[in-house]
Amino acid sequence: MRAKGAPPRAAPESGRRAPGRVSARSPLVIAALLLAGAMILSLALGPVTISPADQVSTLLGHVPLLGFRSGAPAVNQAIVWEIRLPRTVLAGLVGAMLAAGGASYQGVLRNSLADPYLLGVAAGAGLGATAVIAAGRAGTLVLPVAAFAGAVAAVLLTYLVAAAGSERAGGYAVILAGVAVAAMLTAFQTYLQQQNTQQIQQIYTWILGSFSVASWADVRLVLPYIAISLLVLFAHRRVLDVLRVGGDEAAALGVDPERARLVIVGAATLGTAAAVSVSGLIGFVGIVVPHAVRLAAGASYRIVLPVSMVGGAAFLVLADLVARTVQAPSEVPIGVITAVVGGPFFLFVLRSRRSRQGVL
Amino acid sequence: MLELDHVTVRYGRSWAVREISAAVAPGEWVGLIGANGAGKSSLLRAVAQLERHEGTVRVDGRSLRRVSRRQQARLVAYVPQAPELPAGMTVAEYTLLGRTPHLGYLSVESDADRTLCLALLERLGLDGLAGRTLSALSGGEVQRVVLARALAQQAPVLLLDEPTSALDLGNRVDALELVDELRRERGLTVLSAMHDLTLAAQFTDRLLLLSAGRLVAAGTPAEVLDEALLSHCFGGRVRVLPDEVGGLVVVPVRRERATT
Repeated sequence: MRAKGAPPRAAPESGRRAPGRVSARSPLVIAALLLAGAMILSLALGPVTISPADQVSTLLGHVPLLGFRSGAPAVNQAIVWEIRLPRTVLAGLVGAMLAAGGASYQGVLRNSLADPYLLGVAAGAGLGATAVIAAGRAGTLVLPVAAFAGAVAAVLLTYLVAAAGSERAGGYAVILAGVAVAAMLTAFQTYLQQQNTQQIQQIYTWILGSFSVASWADVRLVLPYIAISLLVLFAHRRVLDVLRVGGDEAAALGVDPERARLVIVGAATLGTAAAVSVSGLIGFVGIVVPHAVRLAAGASYRIVLPVSMVGGAAFLVLADLVARTVQAPSEVPIGVITAVVGGPFFLFVLRSRRSRQGVL
Repeated sequence: MLELDHVTVRYGRSWAVREISAAVAPGEWVGLIGANGAGKSSLLRAVAQLERHEGTVRVDGRSLRRVSRRQQARLVAYVPQAPELPAGMTVAEYTLLGRTPHLGYLSVESDADRTLCLALLERLGLDGLAGRTLSALSGGEVQRVVLARALAQQAPVLLLDEPTSALDLGNRVDALELVDELRRERGLTVLSAMHDLTLAAQFTDRLLLLSAGRLVAAGTPAEVLDEALLSHCFGGRVRVLPDEVGGLVVVPVRRERATT
């Protein structure tokens, strides 16, 4: 033991970075560049192509107190400001939220298959949205509110069931309760849908997810929830690292695991519920983005959380761009794109070096 | 000073630990011995406040039940029998987790925390491995990293649950020597569950022998390691022999030979 037990072997891949200092800087820069590129493309492409210069001048024209008057054609300004920018911003917010929510659920439940829909968010939101569409109120503010309420109620129900079933609502009890609640609510939703076959296409369109009617009003509606949720989750990045050693050892290190789980799941659920209320149920983002980040940049939540947020935003902005351009003038459901693009990409990163070292 | 006052752990209607009272003096190393299921781990977990229990555990006169989780972790560091080793976590990151009780709930480690952990890794001969992932370490190295995390808590009391169960013979002795050096250096109070009675006899100041959750003997190794008592508690015959430097060696004896 003593010093003799440690032959001076060099750590091959961690290079010379200061030991113990987990830096998210360079992965974050790469993710930010991706996001910037995705946003420029998203604003540029569509039935009318708009140059980056016109984009920038339109944006500057909307900065208050600057007094800048854009020289871009009025039509282009309208397309950027009224149509493409809110859509891009909304896709970015939802992507950031779904990726961060997925990463947090995976951390708290210590299950790499967890996604933000696992505890019933999707089923609850789907039931709420279906009820509103069946009642003929689609296209009003009632729809996102009902989807949000359904999502939050479903996760509360999951926690109540789990708490009733076991002394402490940790780990597997919560996951099993979530599966049961989701199955139940999905059954209600299917029944409602079969009773209202004339609206079935509307219901399916909502479930598969879309940003086709995104407006600034949607952005304003969800921004507070998503911003607060992302802040709370980011603030818990070190706590999530502590939870990686399990509830018992976390408790021995001075963190109350039950309370930490409740706060993190609560924040992730509120944000995810807000996101799905305006976007529908876009799958795959919550699993593929955090895992891609883990494989590419490292497993510490100090890296996974911020990089997933930015990377998730970039991923969904790009997915939405493909969804609305690949089959123009009609749109492909964005959930189809995330799965079709995300699947092969994920297989590619799974074959990378880090995955063979067992990061997942 | 670690005091256990009538500590009882129940699982449903059965007892895992029954009314155990004991004290460990500052700087003392006390070993918990007993057969599988005798209650060693449950007692350690109760002392670490990880198990619901009756009775009181005090450190320097303060009841652990009455202080926050964070404060508990500043008073008692606990090393489980099979620590969780998160995939992809480096040695340095893992050691820094030990600073958790000294940080605010949402704050991150300072340079001072980092310096302290690097010094610890150096002390344990791990400084060359700081950037390694835990999965790339040998059993002996893992044991030292886990110890480094516990020491980073800077708690006066160290609880070790079977610290050597996963190690080979040489590494066992090395690991226990290291614990001994560290407790002398830092004045740590150590309570450890041990399944190897010979090592328990050689390293600890005193032993507590548990059987079916009860404390059946307490005292120096020479007092507790009685052949008849051990045979009774462990359900097989053992011999306790002196070694040439005044220590004791506990040797199991095969049943058919025991009768002759």
